Amino acid sequence: MAPKLPIYMDNHATTPVDPRVVEAMLPYFNERFGNAASRNHSFGWTAEEAVENARAQIARLINATPKEIIFTSGATESDNLAIKGVAEMYREKGNHIITQATEHKAVLDTCKRLEKYGFEVTYLPVERDGRVNLDDLERAITPKTILITIMYANNEIGVIQPVAEIGKIAQKHGVLFHTDGVQAVGKVPVDVQRDGIHLLSISGHKIYGPKGVGALYVRRKNPRVQVAAAIDGGGHERGMRSGTLNVPGIVGLGKACELCQQEMPAESAHMIALRDRLQRAIMGSLDEVFVNGSLEHRLPNNLNISFAYVEGESLLMGINDVAVSSGSACTSATLEPSYVLKALGVGEDLAHTSIRFGLGRFNNEEEVDYVAQRVVETVKRLRELSPLYDLAKEGVDLSKMSWKTD
Amino acid sequence: MAYSEKVIDHYNNPRNVGSMPKEDPKVGTGMVGAPECGDVMRLQIRVNPETQVIEDAKFKTFGCGSAIASSSLATEWVKGRTVEDALSIKNTDIVRELALPPVKIHCSVLAEDAIKAAIGDWKRKQGAEESQASAAAAPAED
Repeated sequence: MAPKLPIYMDNHATTPVDPRVVEAMLPYFNERFGNAASRNHSFGWTAEEAVENARAQIARLINATPKEIIFTSGATESDNLAIKGVAEMYREKGNHIITQATEHKAVLDTCKRLEKYGFEVTYLPVERDGRVNLDDLERAITPKTILITIMYANNEIGVIQPVAEIGKIAQKHGVLFHTDGVQAVGKVPVDVQRDGIHLLSISGHKIYGPKGVGALYVRRKNPRVQVAAAIDGGGHERGMRSGTLNVPGIVGLGKACELCQQEMPAESAHMIALRDRLQRAIMGSLDEVFVNGSLEHRLPNNLNISFAYVEGESLLMGINDVAVSSGSACTSATLEPSYVLKALGVGEDLAHTSIRFGLGRFNNEEEVDYVAQRVVETVKRLRELSPLYDLAKEGVDLSKMSWKTD
Repeated sequence: MAYSEKVIDHYNNPRNVGSMPKEDPKVGTGMVGAPECGDVMRLQIRVNPETQVIEDAKFKTFGCGSAIASSSLATEWVKGRTVEDALSIKNTDIVRELALPPVKIHCSVLAEDAIKAAIGDWKRKQGAEESQASAAAAPAED
């Protein structure tokens, strides 16, 4: 059966809201519109109850307690609150933060800003497979280190970091550990106790919930972690994040977490089956294609492939009824190829040829087969157009050629 | 990014894709750009030595849709022109014809460079031929 077009396979960017999530949210736009901070009437109590229910749903998914969940406008805010909040709160203890090169910009740019205010930041490199080296990490810790911020799973290559080991190192040295869990929470089992996480950023719209809502887990015991507020006002969220709560969004985030928890074993198996099918179909039909990042330590729904000699944006143009993304410079705002792939040691030439496939809950086998077929056809066609493919076929080593560049 | 209809047309139906023998004295080859920059264009021309007219042109391009379209258009435009006339093609003409957005102007610059490089290569070959011919002719007169 022919799949319905266009096909969405960019689920690391965002996901459609699950219809069950929409259904849960709807009453909170009109029937139950109360302000969760209104303490003296039933409208407020109803809203508050819904918020507390969502807090519990989120906490269950990550093995936390409801009081440890702070609602935010999204994971960018959660990352900012965690990093800047710790920096301000623990300034007297030290001014050193450790992160890594492949973090999301919400972490990297937050760290860069703190550098302007006198903090020192270590940006650890990653190994060829995209994982941080634990010895490097431990060596980077100084008596001034207050925070390690290393993501759970990467948004481009889906590589999962050795989070539990990082948690142990953080505990051993008495350093706080924040992890950006945007891509991992709801996709793989995340357990703040097992993993020794002190702060964890969560996003709604990456897990079939709504945009504009996120959460930050802030540990309350062993140790009790405090963050200075970034937004001042009515003292909501135990003073850590003022502002009237986005009740429908929060209800949606809670429901999305509940569904992820219920469906994770089956969904994870489904994603891996689709991912393997996609990989087999592509790699079985094309030479000189390379998977970027570890396949062993990887989100079930991610595949990132470089198609040598075919520039990524031109490939996207050829598969215009399929939504995926590329690490090519032409598709980025900065006109630089992916810094994540660069950090893995992928050459810039191959970074330009990379495509990220982000599978999701609503993809099926027909779609995967169609996408694989379109990709294979287009890569073959564009290689016929590629002078680099010609040269490679003639046996010329492209890396040894001298290119005229301005 | 939204592409103009002309870019999409050249991308879907690129004109004059292919290669010509690099060693042919009538053929000039220009290869510009670099894989690390995400764009490499190879443009080749075959010139009639009597008339100096570019009788055929071929290209192959590694790059985005706009780079493919710019080089495809360049081969269309140089065909039938004399070498000197082809040198007057400006990147701004390509920008206008394909309605390239500002971030894609470098694609048109690369296409202009490719034309110049191909013509330069052809001219070098002509110079080399003449000197070879005179070098070969000289001892024969003795």
